[in-house]
Amino acid sequence: MSSQPSDRPIAVSLQAVSKLFGVVKALDNISLDIYDGEFFSMLGPSGSGKTTSLRLVAGFEQASSGRVLLYDKDVTGVPPFDRDVNTVFQDYALFPHMTIEQNVGYGLMIRKLPKPEITRRVGEMLEMVRLPGYQKRKPSQLSGGQRQRIALARALINHPRVLLLDEPLGALDLKLRQQMQIELKAIQREVGITFIFVTHDQEEALTMSDRMAVFSHGKIEQVGTPTEIYERPRTAFVAGFVGTTNILSGHVAERITESAAAFSIRPEKIRLVSPDAPNESKTTRVGGTIRDVIYLGMTTRYLIEIDGGGDLQVIAQNTETDSTAAQATRGQRVDAAWPTSAMRLLDVDNRESGA
Amino acid sequence: MPSKDLSNRAPWSLKIAAFGALIFLHFPLLIILLYAFTTEESSFRFPPPGLTTQWFGKLFERQDFWDALGLSLQVATIATSIAMLLGTLIALALYRTSFFGRDTITLLVILPIALPGIVTGIALRSAFSLIGIPFTTWTIIIGHATFCIVTVYNNVVARLRRTQHSQIEASMDLGASTWQTFRYIVLPNIATSLLAGGMLAFALSFDEVIVTTFTAGQQETLPIWIFSQLVRPRDRPVTNVAALFVIAVTFIPIIAAHYMTREASE
Amino acid sequence: MAAEQARSLPAPRPSLLRKISAWFYRHPNLSLMALLGVPMLWMVVVYLGSLSALLIQSFFRLDEFSGRVIREFGLRTYEQLFTAAHIDIMLRTTLMALAVTFTCALIAFPLAYYMARYASFRMKTILYLLVLLPLWSSYLVRVYTWKIILSQEGIISWFFDTFRIRFILDGILSIPGIGGTSLSFSFIGMFLVFVYIWLPYMIIPINAALERVPKSLIEASSDLGGRPGYTFRRVILPLAFPGVVAGSIFTFSLTLGDYIIPQVMGNSSPFIGITVFTYQGTAGNIPLAAAFTVVPVVIMVVYLLIARRLGAFDAL
Repeated sequence: MSSQPSDRPIAVSLQAVSKLFGVVKALDNISLDIYDGEFFSMLGPSGSGKTTSLRLVAGFEQASSGRVLLYDKDVTGVPPFDRDVNTVFQDYALFPHMTIEQNVGYGLMIRKLPKPEITRRVGEMLEMVRLPGYQKRKPSQLSGGQRQRIALARALINHPRVLLLDEPLGALDLKLRQQMQIELKAIQREVGITFIFVTHDQEEALTMSDRMAVFSHGKIEQVGTPTEIYERPRTAFVAGFVGTTNILSGHVAERITESAAAFSIRPEKIRLVSPDAPNESKTTRVGGTIRDVIYLGMTTRYLIEIDGGGDLQVIAQNTETDSTAAQATRGQRVDAAWPTSAMRLLDVDNRESGA
Repeated sequence: MPSKDLSNRAPWSLKIAAFGALIFLHFPLLIILLYAFTTEESSFRFPPPGLTTQWFGKLFERQDFWDALGLSLQVATIATSIAMLLGTLIALALYRTSFFGRDTITLLVILPIALPGIVTGIALRSAFSLIGIPFTTWTIIIGHATFCIVTVYNNVVARLRRTQHSQIEASMDLGASTWQTFRYIVLPNIATSLLAGGMLAFALSFDEVIVTTFTAGQQETLPIWIFSQLVRPRDRPVTNVAALFVIAVTFIPIIAAHYMTREASE
Repeated sequence: MAAEQARSLPAPRPSLLRKISAWFYRHPNLSLMALLGVPMLWMVVVYLGSLSALLIQSFFRLDEFSGRVIREFGLRTYEQLFTAAHIDIMLRTTLMALAVTFTCALIAFPLAYYMARYASFRMKTILYLLVLLPLWSSYLVRVYTWKIILSQEGIISWFFDTFRIRFILDGILSIPGIGGTSLSFSFIGMFLVFVYIWLPYMIIPINAALERVPKSLIEASSDLGGRPGYTFRRVILPLAFPGVVAGSIFTFSLTLGDYIIPQVMGNSSPFIGITVFTYQGTAGNIPLAAAFTVVPVVIMVVYLLIARRLGAFDAL
C-alpha cells in the first residue's frame, strides 16, 4: 500500500483473508485496512472479489482463512445481526409488505425502541434523504431513485459504525447517478461514519473516494488515493481498468524508450503536433499516421498508427476544432508528443490490461 | 407459447375437440345437480319425472350424515395443520441448499401421492396392526397428513424460491436474528402460499376415501358414508344431495387457493 | 457527532433466542438437520416404515387351516401369486390401464393444445380453473354420477332411445368380452369412467409441456417452408411428448391401483385393486394381499424409470 499511514483508528481490517466457493478462489490472501471516517471504494470488474469482501465484512459470508476485524474486534463467526455494520443492497431489498415507515424503522423496532421514539427518528431520517412525508407509502409506489434513498435511510438510522454499499447506484440512469454521488458524499461528510463503497464504475470510484482498492481475480492490485491510482498505476491492469490508457511494451516500447519494459501513457497527456514542429525539452516524441477519428462533442479521440508498429489513442479537447475539421485530419502524418515524466513504468505482470 | 400467433384462429375441428373435452369433464356435475331434485326414490330415470327439494330436508335429518360430516371436517382440519407444519419445515430446509440427499427427500415427500392409494392404505394398515395400534380417528389423521404434506410443500417451496434472498439478508443486517427474520419477513411472504397449500390439502383430505377405508376402524368420514350409501339402493336422491354438498365444500377452498397463488405470483 | 449519536442507540437485547439463532447461523448444516428432523422422522418412520412392513409381510404366508399369518420368511406366497388366475387379473388390469392412458392422451391433447396456443390470457386462466375444478371435487361423487348416467334409465339410454338409435347401444353392449348387460355393469362403462376421472391428470402436464414450446420454433418451421400439419407433426408433437408421458404416469398408476371403480361399475371380473382389497379384508390373507400390491409398485417403478428416460420428469 502506498498511502500514508493515519493516526485514525482502523475501522475494518482484513488480514490474510481467503474465500473459497467449492474450488473457486474468490479471494486470494488479501489484506486491507480501512480507516475510521473515510469514504473507501472497492473497484474492480465482475468476479474480482470486491463484493465478496464486502459480504465478508457484513457477515453474510465467512472467510475460509484469515481474520476480519471491526474496530480491533475479531468478528469471524459473528452473524450479521450481531455486527455494528449496516448494508445498502444493490437491489435495495426493501420489504414489500411493509410501509416506508416500517421499513426505515425496522432496525429500531428490533431494538425495541418505544413507538413515539421510532416515529420521531424515522421522520428525521426521511428529512435527511429528502423524502419527507413518505411514511405511509409502500416500496412498490416509489421510483428507483427514491427506493435507493429509503434503503440508505433504513441503514443509517441504526447509527452503524460502518456503512457498506453494494453497487447502490448501478440501476439508476446517468443524471440521477451523478446527482446521488454528490448526495452520498455529502451525507457521509455530515454523518461522519466510514463508508465502504463497491462499484465497477471507475469514474464513480475516482469521484467519490478518499481512498480506493482495485481488485482483480480475487487479489488487490493497488490501494491508494484516486490521484495515486490514476496517475501512478502500479500494474497494467490498474492502468487499463482505471481510465483508458495506452500500454506499450516489447519492440514498440524499445524504439521509444530504449527499454522493452511495459509503460503506460494516458491519452489526454499526448498532444498531436506537426512533424515539422521543433523538439521540446523533456518531451518524448514519436511519428505516425492518423488512422481513425471519433468526434465526441467535448473531445475528439484519435487513433494513431505509429511508424514501425503499435497504436496510440489520443484524446484532445476541441478548443478550436469541430467535427468537420477533425474528420479532415484522417490519413495525415503527425507526431505524438508527451511529457516524458507522464510515462509510467508498470510492474512486470502478466495481467490483462483493460484498455 | 403466447396467445396471439400467426394464424390467430384455431381450426374448427380443434375448437370442437377442445370444448368437447371440457363439456365431457363438466356435464356429470350438472347431472348430479339435476338428480338432487328428482322426485323418484330408487331409480335414475331420465328425464326425472318431477322436481322437489324434499331430499334436502331428509338429508339434514340423518344423524349419521352429520356425524360423518363432522368427522371429515375434524380429520381434515387436524391433518391439514400437521401437513402445514411439516411441509413448511421441509420447504425451509430444501429451497436453497443443494446437498446430497435433497432429491431423495423430494421423492420421499411425493411418494405417498404418487403410489396408488391402495398401496399406502394397506401399508399403513398392516403397520398399525403389526405394532398393535387400534384404528381410531388418529390413525385416519396420520394417513391423511402423510399424503397432504406434498401439497403444502409444493406451494411453499415455489414461493420461497421466488423470494428475493436479499430481503432476508437485509433483515439480519438490520439486527434481526434468524427467528425474528422468519417472523417478520419470511412468514408474511409465504403466508398466502401456505394458506393455499393448506386449502388444497384440506380439499384432498376431505375427499379421500381409499386410504381412509384402510386406516379407519368403525368411524365413517363423509366419503366413506357416501360409499356405503352407494351400495344401498334406498334414498338415492339423499345421497345425491350429500354429493352436491361435498362438491360445494371442496369447490370453495380450491377457488380460494387458486386466487391466492395467483395474487402472490404477480 | 456520530459518536454521541451512536451512544444514544441501544444495542438489541441479547436473549437466549438470539444466542441460539447465532449458533445456528454459524452451523448451517446442523440447522438444516434441525429443520428436517421432525418431518423426516415422520416420513421415514410412518411412511417408509409401513411400506417396509408391507414388503416384509409379503414374505410371510397364511396358514390355510388356522387362518393365521405365519411369520416366517419364505417365497410360498409369491408362488401363490403367480397362478394362472392371478396373472389373468394382472393382465386385465394392465390392459385397461393402457387403454385408459391412450384414450386420455387422445382426448386431452386438443384441449391442452388449444389452451396453450390459441387461448387469450384471460381465457387461459378460466380454462385452467375449469380443468382443475373437477380434479379436486369429490372423486367418489363423480364415479357415482357416471353410475347414474350410464344406468338403464339414465341419460345415455334415454338419448339412444329418443333418437331411435338404440341398436347402436345394443350393438356395443353385445361385443363379447367388453360388453355387458348394461353400460353401468361393463368393461366399457368402467373404461369410460376411468377416462373421465383421470382426464385432468393428463391435461395439465401436456399443457405445461406445450406452454414451454417457444413460439420462435414454430415460426422458424413455417419460415423454412413447413406447412401447419408438418410443423405440428415434426416440431410440436415431439416437444409435447414428455408431457404426455408425465400425464401417463398418473393415469397408468391410478388405474392399476384403483378398486372402487371396478367395484362400482364392474361385472365382478376381478382387477388388481379389488383382489388386493378382498384378500386383505374378508380373506384375511395379508401376505397375499401384500404380495399383490408389490406387483403394481414394481410395474410403476419400471414405468417411472422409462418415463424419466423419456424426459417426463422435467415436464411434471
